[in-house]
Amino acid sequence: MRVVIVGCGRVGAHLATTLDQRGDEVAVVDISADAFLRLEEDFSGLAIRGTGIDEDVLRSAKITQADAFLAVTNRDNTNLMAAQLAREVFGVPTVAARVYDPVRAEIFANMGIVTICPTVTIGNLLLDTLEAAPVRTG
Amino acid sequence: MYVIVAGGGKVGYYLAWNLVDDGYEVLVIERNRAKAEAIREHLGAVVMVGDAAEASVLEAAGAIRADVVIATTGDDEDNLIICQVAKRRFDVERVIARVNNPKNEQLFKRLGIDATVSQTNVLLHLIEQRLIPDGLIHLLTLKHQEVGIVEVRVGPESPVVGRTLAEIRLPPDCVFSAINRGDNVIIPTGRTRLEAGDDVIAVTRAEREAELRRLLVGM
Repeated sequence: MRVVIVGCGRVGAHLATTLDQRGDEVAVVDISADAFLRLEEDFSGLAIRGTGIDEDVLRSAKITQADAFLAVTNRDNTNLMAAQLAREVFGVPTVAARVYDPVRAEIFANMGIVTICPTVTIGNLLLDTLEAAPVRTG
Repeated sequence: MYVIVAGGGKVGYYLAWNLVDDGYEVLVIERNRAKAEAIREHLGAVVMVGDAAEASVLEAAGAIRADVVIATTGDDEDNLIICQVAKRRFDVERVIARVNNPKNEQLFKRLGIDATVSQTNVLLHLIEQRLIPDGLIHLLTLKHQEVGIVEVRVGPESPVVGRTLAEIRLPPDCVFSAINRGDNVIIPTGRTRLEAGDDVIAVTRAEREAELRRLLVGM
């Protein structure tokens, strides 16, 4: 499948590398050229320097042919705007964004964007570790 | 009327200043404590520190009873999300976003922002009008720029001079809403007679503009 990723931080680079090795067609967008150093040397996808909220930048990442769009910069608002561009302007079928703020994650989930909220997800995982934890007595 | 201004930079600050002056109830939300403090010194207790895209901050600002939220930061993505959160979460009647990249004006309207202000476009329009005065000035565009409110000055050679509105054949999809004549504003009726030098404020479809201009300017 064809995937556009906005943000080449730790998560973005991990996604790009994994999908690329799996044989998917990947384009990754970041405003900093240094971010692309996180990619493996044999990365065969596109690395586009620019902002993920600019239509022309997204076009050069071949968004018009993309099956999925993942917005994972470290800024909630950038991810949410990029995701809406992907969905509303380019009609990408699957659009997901990382959103740290749980409230914003909920609001935009109601608007048809898949929002992944690390704050809640990680909080819940940590709570789960407590479920099985023994309580010291005495 | 209660107006929340998100962003206390130059635009937000001068906007808030004018709104306070005009008697509106105003609150500026500014992330940077030092900037917020500077605004408080100049305008008084009309500022709070916080990120306006956070629902909890908007809630503390009383967004639920705000009539208008205006997002004025230098980042389009922040302005978009602030407005969307205000609208979706707090049912704010009217949300207005400053647009830094003119390309985003259409997109923001499509994404539910009631009005956008692009400084770049405003400046471009002003410059165009100074450079190429063709007698027609765009005052406002409504909904995806299909319909606009324009001002046209009636030229001395125009066939409409000395005629009443009832006698003039206007282009389709075009109405006159006001006429500025000297110091007076006239709300026109069919019996209103046009004079050379009148500034006609008209609502018109974009594709009728040229026709309207020819009729009123007369060349």
